[in-house]
Amino acid sequence: MTPSQEQLRWMYRTMLLSRRFEEAIAAAYFEGKQPAFNMANGPIPGEMHLSNGQEPCAVGVCAHLEAGDFVTATHRPHHIAIAKGVNLKAMAAEIFGKRTGLSGGRGGHMHLFDAQVNFSCAGIIGEGMGPAVGAAAAFRQRGENRVAVSFIGEGAANQGAFHEALNLAAVWQAPVVFVIEDNAWGISVAKRDSTAVADNALRAAAYGMPGHRVTGNDPLRVFAVAGEAIARARAGEGPSLIEIETYRLEGHFMGDAEGYRAEGEVAGLKAKDPIAVLRQQLLESGTVDATADPRIQAEAQSTVDEAIAAARAAPFPAAQEAYEQVYA
Amino acid sequence: MNVPLNRTKRNLTIAKAMAEAIAGEMRHDPAVLVLGEDIGKLGGVFGNTRGLYEEFGAARVKDTPISETAFIGAAVGMACVGMKPVVELMFVDFFGVCMDAIYNLAAKNCYFSGGQSPVPMVLMTSVGGGYGDAGQHSQCLYGTFAHLPGLKVVVPSNAYDAKGLMLSAIRDPNPVVYMFHKALQGMGWLGTVKGAINDVPEDEYLVPIGKAAIARAGRDVTLVGLGATVHHALDAAAELAKENVEAEVIDLRSLVPLDRETVLASVRKTGRLVVADDDYQSFGVSGEIIALASEAAFPQLKAAPRRVAFPDIPIPFSPALERPLLPDAAKIAAAARATLGTK
Repeated sequence: MTPSQEQLRWMYRTMLLSRRFEEAIAAAYFEGKQPAFNMANGPIPGEMHLSNGQEPCAVGVCAHLEAGDFVTATHRPHHIAIAKGVNLKAMAAEIFGKRTGLSGGRGGHMHLFDAQVNFSCAGIIGEGMGPAVGAAAAFRQRGENRVAVSFIGEGAANQGAFHEALNLAAVWQAPVVFVIEDNAWGISVAKRDSTAVADNALRAAAYGMPGHRVTGNDPLRVFAVAGEAIARARAGEGPSLIEIETYRLEGHFMGDAEGYRAEGEVAGLKAKDPIAVLRQQLLESGTVDATADPRIQAEAQSTVDEAIAAARAAPFPAAQEAYEQVYA
Repeated sequence: MNVPLNRTKRNLTIAKAMAEAIAGEMRHDPAVLVLGEDIGKLGGVFGNTRGLYEEFGAARVKDTPISETAFIGAAVGMACVGMKPVVELMFVDFFGVCMDAIYNLAAKNCYFSGGQSPVPMVLMTSVGGGYGDAGQHSQCLYGTFAHLPGLKVVVPSNAYDAKGLMLSAIRDPNPVVYMFHKALQGMGWLGTVKGAINDVPEDEYLVPIGKAAIARAGRDVTLVGLGATVHHALDAAAELAKENVEAEVIDLRSLVPLDRETVLASVRKTGRLVVADDDYQSFGVSGEIIALASEAAFPQLKAAPRRVAFPDIPIPFSPALERPLLPDAAKIAAAARATLGTK
C-alpha cells in the first residue's frame, strides 16, 4: 500500500506540526524550572513525556483512520493526538492546566480526551488495550465500519494486559490493531534486558493473529503495513499486531539525565531524524516543491504558536471547578 | 532523638536513608534482595536504591520488566522459600495491575497456611501529589492498603524513621507495605519538605512498627498526621503557639498495627482532635482515627473531632485545581481553632 501525494504531504505536515508542538512544550516546561529543576514549578508542572522522533508511528497509522475510529494512546501521547486530529488549541490549553483545555485542566498531558475524534490516553502501561478491544467489539456488534487502534510502548508487551487483550481480541475477532512503538527503552531499562524476544511481533502468533515488524522508523513502511492491518480489521478479518522500530530523541521525561544511554546514542538517532529523512525524500520526488517547503514549515510553526499563545492567555479554572464532572 | 557526643550530625534524605538501610541488611543477610522497575543501574526513580546495584550486582538487585503482576507475585514466591525480597511498586497508583499478589497472596498466605508459609517481604511504593502529575501518579491510598488484613503498613515522615522502619520492615516476618511520600523523599526534582531531612546515625537501629511518635508535645489539641501531613501539622502547631494554643502533634508512622494507645493518651489529655491526611477523605485513615477517639475517649472529648483530608474526587492535574484541595497548615490550624471554639 502506497500513500498518495496528498497523504505524503499530510504525513510531512503532521510530523512537522507534532515536532514543533513538542519543542514549544519543552520550552514552556523548563520555564520556572531553571536553574533548580523542580517538577512542581513553571507553567506546566508534573511529568512531561515528549514524542520527538516517534512521529512516523503516529502518521503512518493515523493516515488510515477517520474521526469515528477509536484510538487509545500512552503516557507519551502528543504525536498520536495530533495525527488523530485532536483539537490542538484545546490540547495545548489542557497541558497548561487551563479552563479552555480538553478537560478543563482536570487531566493534563497524560490524560487527553477528545470525544470528537475518539481519542484518549492514560498513564498506566498497557491500560488502553482492553478499552480498544471493547470499542472494536462494539463496532463489530453494531455492524459499524469503524476500527480501534491501541498504541503502546514496547515495555507494555510485558504486561499482563497485553497478552489478555490480544487473546480476547482474537477470540472476538475484534476490528482492532495493536501498535507497539518500540523506542528500545522502558525508562532506563533496555528492551533487550526486559523482553524475552527481540521482536514483539512474534508474539502475535501465540494469539492467532498476523504480526508485523516495521524497521527503520520509516513513515512510508508504517503506512504500508498499518494500511493492510486496518483494512483487514475493517473487512471483518480480525485483529493484527504491529511493532514499529522508532527512536526516542528525548529522555523518558523532561529532566531525565539519561545516564543509561550509550555515549553518542542520542546524537546518532538525531542524525537520522525521520522528519529530515522524509523531507529529503519528498523534495527529491517532487512531492513537495523546494520553494513551497519554507511555507509548509512556517505554517506548522504558526499553528503551534497560536495554540500555545491561546493556552497561555486562557484563564485557569476556579478552584471550585474541581468538584464539577464528578458523579460519585 | 539524642545525638551521642562522639559523633557529628549527619543529615540525610529519606531516599538515602532507605538505600542505606537496605544496603546494611544486604551486607549481613544474603536472603535480602531488591527487585522492581528501574531500581538497578538507575538507582530507583526516587533514589531509594541508589548504589545497591554497584555494590551487590544484578543477581541481588534486579531490574524487572514492566510486569508488576509477575514480579510482585515472584516476590511472594521468593519470600515463601526463605528469601526476604524488597520489591518496589514505582507509584502506588499502579497497584491496579498487581493487587491480587499483594492482598490475596502476600496478605493471606501466612494465615491460610496455618502459619507454615509466612511472607517476609517489603513492598515499597511512592505516594503523594502536589506537583501536578494528575490522578494516576499522585494518590496516597493509605486507607486502601491499611484496610486489608494481613499487611503491615508504615509511612515514614523523616529520614531517621525511614531508616529504622526499613530495617524493621525487612526483618519482620510479615509483608510490610512501606509507603514513602514524594514530597519528603529528597529528590531535588520534586522539591522536599525541609523537616524530612534529618540526622541519621550510621549504625543500625530499629524504629518499631506499630509505634507512633509525639512530634511535638502540647496540652490543648491533638493533631494527628502521617507522612507529609505531619509537617503541615507541625507548621500549624507553630502558628497556633502564637495564639497561646499548645498543639500536640502525633506522627502515626505505622498504620498497621496502629498505635491506638499513643493517640488515645493524647486525646484524653487534650480533649480535642484534628486528623490530617492527604489521602481521600472518606472510608480512610481520618475516619478510623476519629472512630477510635469516639469509641475509646468519648467522655474526654470536649468538641467534635475534625479532619483535613483530600476531598473525594479524582486528583486533578491543573495546579489551579489540585493545590487548593491539598491539606496544609492553614487548614489544619483552622480546624484546630474550630475544636477550640476560637475560629
